[in-house]
Amino acid sequence: MYQYALKRLAMIIPVILGVSLMIFIAMDLAPGTAVDYLAPEGATEEDLMMLEHQLGLDQPLLVRYANYMTDLVRGSLGTSYVSHRDVMATYLNALPNTLALAAASILVAIGISLPLGMISAVHNGSIRDNLAMVFALLGLSMPNFWVGLLLIIYLSNGLGWFPSGGFDDGLRSLILPAITAGTGFTATITRTTRSSMLDVLGQDYLRTARAKGVNERTVIRKHALKNALIPIITISGTQLGAMLGGSVLTETVFSWPGIGRLIVDSVNSRDTPMVTGSIVMTTIIVSLLLLAVDLLYAVVDPRLRARYASKGKG
Amino acid sequence: MKEELILDVKDLVVHYELEEETVYAVNGIDLQLRRGETLGLVGETGAGKTTAALAILRLVPDPPGVVKSGTITVAGHDMMSVSAKELEEIRGKDVSMIFQYPMTSLNPVFTVGEQIAESVMIHEHTAKEAAMERAKEMLELVGIPGSRANEYPHQFSGGMKQRVIIAIALTCNPKLLIADEPTTALDVTIQAQVLELMAALRKQYGSSMIMITHDLGIVAESCDAVAVMYAGRIIEYGTLEDVFNRTRHPYTEGLFNSLPNIRDRARALKPIKGQMPDPSVLPEGCAFAPRCPYATERCTQMPPQEHRFGGTHRVLCSAYDDPAFHIERGRQNG
Repeated sequence: MYQYALKRLAMIIPVILGVSLMIFIAMDLAPGTAVDYLAPEGATEEDLMMLEHQLGLDQPLLVRYANYMTDLVRGSLGTSYVSHRDVMATYLNALPNTLALAAASILVAIGISLPLGMISAVHNGSIRDNLAMVFALLGLSMPNFWVGLLLIIYLSNGLGWFPSGGFDDGLRSLILPAITAGTGFTATITRTTRSSMLDVLGQDYLRTARAKGVNERTVIRKHALKNALIPIITISGTQLGAMLGGSVLTETVFSWPGIGRLIVDSVNSRDTPMVTGSIVMTTIIVSLLLLAVDLLYAVVDPRLRARYASKGKG
Repeated sequence: MKEELILDVKDLVVHYELEEETVYAVNGIDLQLRRGETLGLVGETGAGKTTAALAILRLVPDPPGVVKSGTITVAGHDMMSVSAKELEEIRGKDVSMIFQYPMTSLNPVFTVGEQIAESVMIHEHTAKEAAMERAKEMLELVGIPGSRANEYPHQFSGGMKQRVIIAIALTCNPKLLIADEPTTALDVTIQAQVLELMAALRKQYGSSMIMITHDLGIVAESCDAVAVMYAGRIIEYGTLEDVFNRTRHPYTEGLFNSLPNIRDRARALKPIKGQMPDPSVLPEGCAFAPRCPYATERCTQMPPQEHRFGGTHRVLCSAYDDPAFHIERGRQNG
């Protein structure tokens, strides 16, 4: 299992090479450069040339990429073209906000989806099942920003229960963004829970459990759920990964200073070091998260534990 | 003196009500079992044996299974009227079941020790550590080293899994044990071991047992009484002697005739011709009549009548309306 994890970690390196090169090319192809953004009103051609030279933008793409990678190997993500601040520091500054939002929204999503999917599966075909599925469909169909706006209009402006944006109110300011971002996941996780539970509910070992006197609640919550968990973990992990890149819409609606907004702002100002740095960091974090998800399988299913162990040896 | 009845089933009817059809799985069976007695429940696949057994534990999947009528009394409990909570207390303690498919009957994500201990914790309200100790003892009892209690089902062979299932079933010393084809999924060499183990443990604990099987050899070795099921009804019921040596029902006779005879290897097997009727469209008369060599026109029109021979032998066959009637096997046996 240890060796398996090491192998997976090593695989992050080529991924970073590919991702960073792609971003460099994309930023180069995009119309305009940081110079256009930074140049003051009425700057002369000469001023622009000088600015371009200062930022190193007069060098060819591959040279810039090579310089960037050299810095990266030394552990530096470079300096922002725009704010002239260290990219790593800026990223780490925004990261906790995104982590908090991602964690909270996945908790909201799982908190709703798991019971809903289980009820749906246990009462397969009943009214409860249909209601749950309609609810899931609604969650999937409603655009994030719209849900966010509704929540702001009714719960924030209307009832005044929560702040409408920013993150000065601690936990209270986290609730609406978390619900907003979580709603979309709720649908997917509910449906996954339902189908995974349906697969498990017909299994012989549940009958064995009932035959020894286990009560129905425990049969469902312990014996069935633990067997149904793997697809649920997979889908939740992937959703969480997507969240870590920052959810631009939710962060924008709630003025949430997270990674998503950082990246969008940086793209607008053609701040290549900031964009590349943020995405490289996100890549690393998401890779680690997916590795953690894979290792979590082994915790849940002893058969996979055995398989990882034998892979490690081989 | 009337001995204590551990199991008393009267007129049990179980149907599976599906959208497109109703499957008449069990159509009015009576079963009685005394303390320490073993009953062999014999019949082809689809005869309703497993459904009858599941009904005794109230484990028929509902929907689509419905117990339409009948009374089931297990160790004094009226199984049709007990609450869900009482049912949980009865299952595993008064009556437990060994299932047909050891490969799929254990939960893959819990250790075998945990799965045995769960029963102890439910019925004896012991702490987890003590229950795990009991689980280890139970494993030793079924011939598995107690040190393997922390292993998972996938680390055991089929025969060992069945031993674990037997351990789970016997942990709380049930008064009635229902074994549903416990050896069908196992290699022949392992079958004998498992059967011996079950017989020994049963003797030790004094449990009554229903042995569901289609193997008449197993019945002859391990049962005191035999009930032969066909299309959801018991068509012949009696002591082992009654059914094996004084066979009365044409279907039972057919079962014996279709067995290979080791002393007469040259003789071709005599299978029963035809198929058991589709349990969703049962005929009006005797369900066996279409395959019965003795059937008359009356058999296909009227439900079969029950006839009693001696105190213990019951046969569901209208041919015995004629007191002179004898099946061939009966004639040979005198």
